[in-house]
Amino acid sequence: MSRFQVVSGKGGTGKTTVAAALALALATEGRRTLLVEVEGRQGIAQLFEADSLPYEERKIAVAPGGGEVYALAIDAERALLDYLQMFYKLGSAGRALKKLGAIDFATTIAPGVRDVLLTGKACEAVRRKDKQNRFIYDYVIMDAPPTGRITRFLNVNDEVAGLARIGPIHNQAQAVMRVLKSPETAVHLVTLLEEMPVQETADGIEELQAAELPVGRVIVNMVRPHLLDEDALRTAAGGRRKEIAKTLTRAGVTGSAGLVRPLVEQAAEHAQRVELEREQRAVLTGLGLPSYELPLIGEGVDPAGLYELAVELRKQGVGEGAAEQGVGS
Amino acid sequence: MTSDTGTRARTGADTGTGTGAGTDAGAGAATAQAPSLDTDALLDDPDIRIVVCCGSGGVGKTTTAAALGVRAAERGRKVVVLTIDPARRLAQSMGIDSLDNIPRRVKGVGAEGAGELHAMMLDMKRTFDEIVEAHADGERARAILENPFYQSLSAGFAGTQEYMAMEKLGQLRARDEWDLIVVDTPPSRSALDFLDAPKRLGSFLDGKFIKLLMAPAKMGGRAGMKFLNVGMSMMTGTLGKLLGGQFLRDVQTFVAAMDTMFGGFRTRADATYKLLQAPGTAFLVVATPERDALREAAYFVERLAAEDMPLAGLVLNRVHGSDAARLSAERALAAAENLDADGIVDQGAGKAGLREPAESPAAGSAPTPDTAGAATPEPSEHASEHDPADIPDAEADTRTDAATNTATADAVTVEQLTAGLLRLHAERMQVVAREQHTRDRFTALHPEVAVTAVAALPGDVHDLAGLRAIGDRLATGSASAGAA
Repeated sequence: MSRFQVVSGKGGTGKTTVAAALALALATEGRRTLLVEVEGRQGIAQLFEADSLPYEERKIAVAPGGGEVYALAIDAERALLDYLQMFYKLGSAGRALKKLGAIDFATTIAPGVRDVLLTGKACEAVRRKDKQNRFIYDYVIMDAPPTGRITRFLNVNDEVAGLARIGPIHNQAQAVMRVLKSPETAVHLVTLLEEMPVQETADGIEELQAAELPVGRVIVNMVRPHLLDEDALRTAAGGRRKEIAKTLTRAGVTGSAGLVRPLVEQAAEHAQRVELEREQRAVLTGLGLPSYELPLIGEGVDPAGLYELAVELRKQGVGEGAAEQGVGS
Repeated sequence: MTSDTGTRARTGADTGTGTGAGTDAGAGAATAQAPSLDTDALLDDPDIRIVVCCGSGGVGKTTTAAALGVRAAERGRKVVVLTIDPARRLAQSMGIDSLDNIPRRVKGVGAEGAGELHAMMLDMKRTFDEIVEAHADGERARAILENPFYQSLSAGFAGTQEYMAMEKLGQLRARDEWDLIVVDTPPSRSALDFLDAPKRLGSFLDGKFIKLLMAPAKMGGRAGMKFLNVGMSMMTGTLGKLLGGQFLRDVQTFVAAMDTMFGGFRTRADATYKLLQAPGTAFLVVATPERDALREAAYFVERLAAEDMPLAGLVLNRVHGSDAARLSAERALAAAENLDADGIVDQGAGKAGLREPAESPAAGSAPTPDTAGAATPEPSEHASEHDPADIPDAEADTRTDAATNTATADAVTVEQLTAGLLRLHAERMQVVAREQHTRDRFTALHPEVAVTAVAALPGDVHDLAGLRAIGDRLATGSASAGAA
């Protein structure tokens, strides 16, 4: 598996949850992963029921078998000051820049600088090594911006490299682009079995591929169990209402006569939804990408739910074999 | 799904009640103490000129905005809906699939004589270009439009979309051609970027940094240098090194060319902000009854209050209900187990009865290696052609009994079928309870916020009939009509 796993998806599809579950799954059996968020929402902290994340890599969970999940909320402003410090030893001058509004300009208004800093910080973590020349993190998982913006977000370095044609920002942008376009990176798109997210996923894949960014998997989230065989139900239920009423009474349900209609209607709705899901599944299959499927966690996702999802991902082959040794140095 | 939605809408139009049927039945399970939001009163109020729909991604903001627009027009108002990034088919249903930044009349919507619906999709680059063209003379405008820095900025970097949405809103309002403007908001990375963007841009443009950047360009090369102290020159030098000289020159040229427009930007940003605070504006926070969406909604409510922005209420989309709410999940499951335990059910032979939940996610998805080969029954062509609406009423039992004598139907005993219905109902009741719990938590935090609940539709909405159906549900707040 690629060492840099980028998780995007339409709003509301649960991409933060999927990214966290993936970080847990990949940390299983003694590995170390870093889960990063870039939109300042503190979604990771909320998910793990932890305090707000500072701009600092900190351990947020322990995976089965002794693995560790670290988390980092990347802040563009802090990342820029880091860079200035790294390249120019600009301790106090950095503060002066901030006072003048230059940092604000660079991180919020100047085209693309913000995105370059965010992806740049993540790529730095991907490539970082210890003294024994081993990667610090086996995998870095990014809770990325939504599908509608992901290509632009990842590809912004290309644009910036074009705008700033020389200088460290230019070099930085190009270095980041090399990681992002290599097999070290995989961009996953989370979707639900609903029309709009599936459509957006298809569009997103097309855009990523056009930009030569490596598309990973489609991750179908919140898949609901099919409690009933809908086909049998549809052919049978309508004609057997009297029987059903009798059976309900026999099973100890009182006032069954009035319940048959709503129960059968609910089943019809269920059948209709299953049909819609089947259509969307066909569209996804047509995309020709490998996929993972995660079940709906009914009561909402808490840390326990995350472990459940991580186990599910392991079952589907996440983290099998060692991480590919990347080309980064 | 389209046909089903159509059917629904027609029924609604015919009877005039539409979703009313389910309102009382599920009420026990699905009412909170929150006051109810009267959307029709809001849409009918001639003093309300702007309705802003905000909320986190994926909660149905755009659909809600469009449905409100359709309903307001059909109640006699002249409405324009400003959408930001509508799903393709929804845009097509309103005839705005071309991104031309111009409000277009939506055919087939409106009341006798009075009401009209116009819709437009925001083109942020075009909007930005138009501002430049309107506020700079020909040559200067061309210099800005051709500047590489400007081209990147206007094509959609952080904040541009938010700023341009508010700019467009200000423009539409200034034209004063519509009684009501309904605005969808951009899917921002943080909740209220669209509120912050104008202010941020405004304060940036007034800031020291921009003056500093402008200084060399204004003074013209060396002559300007003596006005710069050492610190400043070091700074521009640093930026030059970081970004490359060409980039900095592009920025400086851009800033110099924009100079005359800055006042205008600032004034309009302030004006739009005040417009949002005015009594003629109403904010609707849109959410679904899920934890994350409602947490985000609570944040919106708090931010709007802090900014003195008038909140009309909360629109809760995709709410589930049940007409059989008096049968609890526990009792339904117990009854289902009674049927399983009856012993007459041969679980092995009846292939259609119940399915292990763990098995189902793999249905139809080829790429999952370990489950692809599992014996998941594929739907027969015959079965999938059945429209749920075809399921006959009880009166028609005898007629359809013959039709059900198919192989599939025979394989299901009535016990299996009934147990399945009960389990499905239990699942529904669990969803209802969970949603209610989430809503209760929100209501406990913000008891003052009026709420309207929109029952879940089985599929996406992408035609006018579907938007009307949503509008009906918005108006009646029929949270329990999920089974309608």
